[in-house]
Amino acid sequence: MSKITNILMVGVGGQGIMTASDLLAKAAMFDGHDVKKSEIHGMSQRGGSVFSHVRYGEKVFSPTIKKGEADILLSSEVIETVRWLSYANKDTKLILSNAYIKPDTVKEYPENVVETLKKEFTTSYVLEPKEINEKNGSMKVLNTTLLGVMSANLDISIESWEKAMEQSVPKGTLELNLKAFKLGRELV
Amino acid sequence: MTEKQLLSGNEAIARGAYEAGVAVGVGYPGTPSTEILEIFTQYEDVTTEWSVNEKVALEVGIGSALAGKRTIITMKHVGLNVAADPLFTSSYIGANAGMVIVVADDPDLHSSQNEQDTRHYARAAKIPMIEPADSQEAKEYVRIACELSEGFDTPIFLRSVTRISHSKTITTLAKKLNFEHDKGFEKENIRKHVMIPAFARARHFVVEDRLEALEEFSNRIDINRIEKGNGKTAIISAGLCYNYVKEVFPDADIFKIGMVFPLPIAKLKKFCEGYDKVYVVEELEPFIENFLKANGVTNLIGKDILPVTGEYSPELIYDAITGTKTSAGLSVDVEAFSRPPMLCPGCPHAQTFNILNRMGLTVSGDIGCYTLGALPPYSAMHICVDMGASIPVAQGLAIGQGKDFKNDIVSVIGDGTFAHSGITGLINAAYNKRNGLVIVLDNSTTAMTGMQPNPFNGSTINGDETVVLDYKKLAEAIGIGADNFRKVTAYKESDIETAVTELLATKKLSLMIVEGPCLIYKRKKGKK
Repeated sequence: MSKITNILMVGVGGQGIMTASDLLAKAAMFDGHDVKKSEIHGMSQRGGSVFSHVRYGEKVFSPTIKKGEADILLSSEVIETVRWLSYANKDTKLILSNAYIKPDTVKEYPENVVETLKKEFTTSYVLEPKEINEKNGSMKVLNTTLLGVMSANLDISIESWEKAMEQSVPKGTLELNLKAFKLGRELV
Repeated sequence: MTEKQLLSGNEAIARGAYEAGVAVGVGYPGTPSTEILEIFTQYEDVTTEWSVNEKVALEVGIGSALAGKRTIITMKHVGLNVAADPLFTSSYIGANAGMVIVVADDPDLHSSQNEQDTRHYARAAKIPMIEPADSQEAKEYVRIACELSEGFDTPIFLRSVTRISHSKTITTLAKKLNFEHDKGFEKENIRKHVMIPAFARARHFVVEDRLEALEEFSNRIDINRIEKGNGKTAIISAGLCYNYVKEVFPDADIFKIGMVFPLPIAKLKKFCEGYDKVYVVEELEPFIENFLKANGVTNLIGKDILPVTGEYSPELIYDAITGTKTSAGLSVDVEAFSRPPMLCPGCPHAQTFNILNRMGLTVSGDIGCYTLGALPPYSAMHICVDMGASIPVAQGLAIGQGKDFKNDIVSVIGDGTFAHSGITGLINAAYNKRNGLVIVLDNSTTAMTGMQPNPFNGSTINGDETVVLDYKKLAEAIGIGADNFRKVTAYKESDIETAVTELLATKKLSLMIVEGPCLIYKRKKGKK
């Protein structure tokens, strides 16, 4: 069987993980791949942990990734990366937005987590959200930049990504998104 | 037309209903089934409703199918418990036009109060059930379900699970079928439609014959199929689990079951005869396994190595069958703190729980966002069973206190749940002269499942304006006078506390409404 590409996207409810993974899944479909995407929603808008498995290739069966077999782990939040590590291996590419979301129930956010995480991965991209938002001139397209970084590590054509964006992003934001996407590609 | 789209299982079921010429969609919201009806209602020429509860939805569906309209009835697994009474008798009455009961189970309880397996209902009510493995099948199975329902004159189940309903897979769209059923409601046929003992007794024979015919058909229908591999491993599976099996055992001989009730027993038995051992991979109950064992198949391995609880995964199945341990991937020495679900920041109803906690009352709760009031930091709910239970359970707790009754028990319920089945409990309390305070947290919507309208917020599933139930008049009608009725705003802490104190002091049955629209609902409404 030909190789299936496995991407796990994680974050906290409200960070736009579902929307971003929808865009990836569409791009893969437009590129002619079979695609499956699996997530759980229901309580996600209440600040819970959010995840989305995307798998594409010639023929995909399981909608979920096997532990240890993610090719890419894209994370919008530091501790969420830790939570989903069991799906990664050392060759998994980590794309991390260096963001910290602390629920009220937690007293202290653990320290030096990013440094610890970096040691585990052969390839990691850690993006500073503040810096990226400044470059994008908007707070709303951070995920698009993360997808840009991801795209440079995948074999999906630019045309398919652009088509997915045309169909998915809110009206009037296409230019902004395309620019943010390009920024991500340039960071690789 | 071969347009391909990436559809969730729920989107695909709605699309399938549209393509199959389903004209009526009724149901009650419940994760993971809710989106089916929300999407179906957007198609042209369909009649839809959020019914008041699942029992009502099924009853409406019985009528519309008997009247000759293909009908889908949607709910989650626990909703089917509410609808169980009409379910069992609708099996005797039959369907006429396609009558498809779509039920979504929730293995691993992502958003439910239990992990029950709906396949048992198919068996118990003697109603056939089919179960798709992805969105493409989910779409096609709606049409198959309609045809089977009409062909065998029976209601039929289409079973989904969370990971079918909420996973997206590529689905090829087709044109809408122009369907007209040739028969409307035959009002003279009371022997089929009026289930008094004399008539129902005869219908039971029809049901048994139908089941026999269905089982025979189950051995022939192509959705029950054998996929030949290299013959080294033999596995029986159905629905979602089939994908996991194909993923980790691509070369196995697989019996894929699409019709899970009645099972194709003869074909399965023959399949099992070809191997030393056959694995049965099914989430939740050993349904297929036990049926086969009861039919004398002895070389099965199922729940002796696979769990009855929770969701399966490819690695779980692989490890169980091969006796190995899949590498657990990476780990670091950092504790990933949990993010327990909480009421949204700024939720107007958090305050009531803080007050109830402070007052040290015993709180009988109900199903909705506000069930989160049980957890810290609110810690103000002490029992929650099922939709509508808050009021009767509180009555029972009070009865149990006997002459030591301390007048310290309150029921807390949301507007949607109150309409669903809370009112019945309130009438029961009034009729039986019970005391106690019932607090309705009214947020103007059914929030937990994603902002569906309900009989207390004045709009239908399509956003049309409709009647708004009047709490005060309802209270009056069941004998709760003005002294025992109070409406307060969720934002006035002292008003809430005063009202609770005063109403409890009356030692009479009281109804208190706390008004505070859901913030997400307000934001959504503002955008429209």
